[in-house]
Amino acid sequence: MSERKDTPEQAEFREYCRRWLAENRPTPPPFRLPQSPVEVMTEQQRVWLCAWQKKVHQAGLIACDYPREYGGGGHQGFQRIASAELARAGVPYFINVIGLGMAAPTILHHGTEEQKRRYLPPLFSSDEIWCQGFSEPGSGSDLAGAQTFAERRGDQWVINGHKVWTTLAHFASWMILLARSSREHKYDGLTYFIVPIAGAPGVTVRPLVKMTGETGFNEVLFEDLHVPDSLRLDAVGKGWTVAMTTLLYERGAAESPGGGGGESHEDRIAALIELAKHTRRDGRSAWENPVTRDRILKLLIRVEALKQLGRRARVEALTDHPMRLPLQGKLLTTEISQDVAAAALEVEGMSSTLYLRDENAPQGGRWPHAYMNSYGLTIAAGTSEIQRNILGERVLGMAKSK
Amino acid sequence: MQPKDYGFGEDERILRDSARRFLDEVASIDKVRKLVAADHGEAYESATPPARYDGQVWQKMVDLGWTALAVPESAGGVAMKCVAVAALAEEIGRRALPSPLLSTLFSTFVLREAEAAAARPWLEKIVGGAGAALAITNEEGSWEPARTGLRAQAKGDQIVLDGTAHFVQDARKASFFVVSAASDGGVALYAVAAEHPGVTIHPDHIVDLTRDQARVAFDRVSIPAAAQIAPGETGVAVLRSALPAMLTVLAADMTGAAEWQLQTTTAYAKVRHQFDHPLGFFQAVKHPIVNMMVAIDETRSLVYNAACAIDGEPELALRYARMAKSSASDTAAFCSGRSVQLHGGIGFTWECDVQIYFKRQRHSQMLLGDGVYQREKLAELL
Repeated sequence: MSERKDTPEQAEFREYCRRWLAENRPTPPPFRLPQSPVEVMTEQQRVWLCAWQKKVHQAGLIACDYPREYGGGGHQGFQRIASAELARAGVPYFINVIGLGMAAPTILHHGTEEQKRRYLPPLFSSDEIWCQGFSEPGSGSDLAGAQTFAERRGDQWVINGHKVWTTLAHFASWMILLARSSREHKYDGLTYFIVPIAGAPGVTVRPLVKMTGETGFNEVLFEDLHVPDSLRLDAVGKGWTVAMTTLLYERGAAESPGGGGGESHEDRIAALIELAKHTRRDGRSAWENPVTRDRILKLLIRVEALKQLGRRARVEALTDHPMRLPLQGKLLTTEISQDVAAAALEVEGMSSTLYLRDENAPQGGRWPHAYMNSYGLTIAAGTSEIQRNILGERVLGMAKSK
Repeated sequence: MQPKDYGFGEDERILRDSARRFLDEVASIDKVRKLVAADHGEAYESATPPARYDGQVWQKMVDLGWTALAVPESAGGVAMKCVAVAALAEEIGRRALPSPLLSTLFSTFVLREAEAAAARPWLEKIVGGAGAALAITNEEGSWEPARTGLRAQAKGDQIVLDGTAHFVQDARKASFFVVSAASDGGVALYAVAAEHPGVTIHPDHIVDLTRDQARVAFDRVSIPAAAQIAPGETGVAVLRSALPAMLTVLAADMTGAAEWQLQTTTAYAKVRHQFDHPLGFFQAVKHPIVNMMVAIDETRSLVYNAACAIDGEPELALRYARMAKSSASDTAAFCSGRSVQLHGGIGFTWECDVQIYFKRQRHSQMLLGDGVYQREKLAELL
């Protein structure tokens, strides 16, 4: 079954994706996989997930639209198909989420020919894991206030500073780093680098423990890390512009080379409805409680709306401003996740007190976990409040808030 | 699979863009205000409430072919896709235009699902510019197709209708009604001319300035059996199959009105200064306005999804249309509330245009069932 608007080549590729996914769906590992790549903690999990991503890359479902010389498939308009089919198949996520979602497109847009050839192929295959060094203890929402300093010494840069909330740094070979190269200008004083993490002298990675009790993200300290100038991405002082490219992808406003896998909002809503139908209290199921059901249906409708938002964003005649819909994606997807998890807790009632290790916890204790984790989503990559400022200023043209 | 672009192609864009140009000219907010909100006394204190609309503009809409849009070609129409009709309704809503177009479209949707031979003359009247309205709601204001305030009885080769249809939209702009009535065989549908002997229109005093509404009483209204457009066995099914398009087109109108509320409130937040800053500088103002936009874009996406399903995937149409109307009702409520609140004191006055949209949206929220009702019905489809 092809989609109506597929070209013959795209229809053939879609068919290939479906066949490959049907034949190569991995059997679940004997250990627990975390709900998302940002909670991968153990070496066992890492090895299993890296093997899966590598296999998908070799099959040509990752980086389909990237040039062949950078480890891509050299096609056009294939990634959307591969990502959709991966999502539809409900296969595991890709571990190199920061690399695929943020580092790769940033390097493609701003990197030199040598940088693209060197870094992109092992990124796609997950032979090298990537992390992102943007937030600092003193600059979160005010990203341009970053203080990690890169000092030029000949053809070297010496880096000192402190990055936080660094997902996957504990496995990372490389980090995309936003650093200050001049204290005289706020925005124009920033420069963007690729820096080594694993085994690099002067780099310390310390796990941070989330409110869920899990690690998966870290703080990274730089004490006189020396990197050659060849690891600078784009011009000195252009760091803010490069960071905006990264954020465009991080917030889902542009398509990454390896989306898909993992659980979709539709899967989550389906799980929530199942939960409601099977949770009994006071002689009826939660689904039979009209107030609860209404709350779930509102969410079901919003999930459909989010899906249609992505579809409509590509129909120029039905969009008023080119960035109006893309810039809403991050805000919506994270707030819906939070609201779905909150509704699930309401459905579970007292059972929502039971956590991951409890054998009586409904659906493995996923909902209290997802609810707590959802705050990571509405805070990371620009809080919901920052997203609303951006929408109000860039799309609606209201005065800039401070 | 549905087309990725909702089937919104060149023809649909041309229709929408030409409608925009036409409505910019004939239905500016100044003209709409002069038409419906010139005088609060006339609007709310008259013994007979006004049913104001511009007959010349209506005639031009007919000349542009808008009443023929949803009519099948076999009855002289142009049978445009629902995505086109939805786009037009969005433009109508954006201007809060008083006209019988929506009611006439609803009637068209029912007639084209009814028995072709019996419905054809009525559809031809619509193509020719006759306004039509549904008289299918009982005194409870129920939107269940099986509930009706009328009863039909056969007498020889005539049918006699008795009872009252409530909440009939744009009743005084309609030349005929599409009526549901309980009969021995179920709920049958009829078309009845507004001036038919025994038909009396009792106008309601309503809040909305851009519509008129009435109770329509049928007192021993005797019509030929040929005026039956759906027999008792199929009437409910006919209404049900017309419902997705009705819900979607209404939701489209509400989306357009909400977009006007957003743009007008945003413009005000740029020019009105307090504490040395434009209002939009303050996040307590900026963020709710952004929330209006986000809500509108959810609704608008659901509207085109539903319209596209009506055009190509009828088995999913009702589900998607209920989603669209549920979302439209909630979005309308939110945008209406914020548009008044964020205008501050002036927003509470008669002279501020946000009141016109606030009232139209309130009315639309309830029409065909509010958000809670849509979700209740949606649950039955899951």
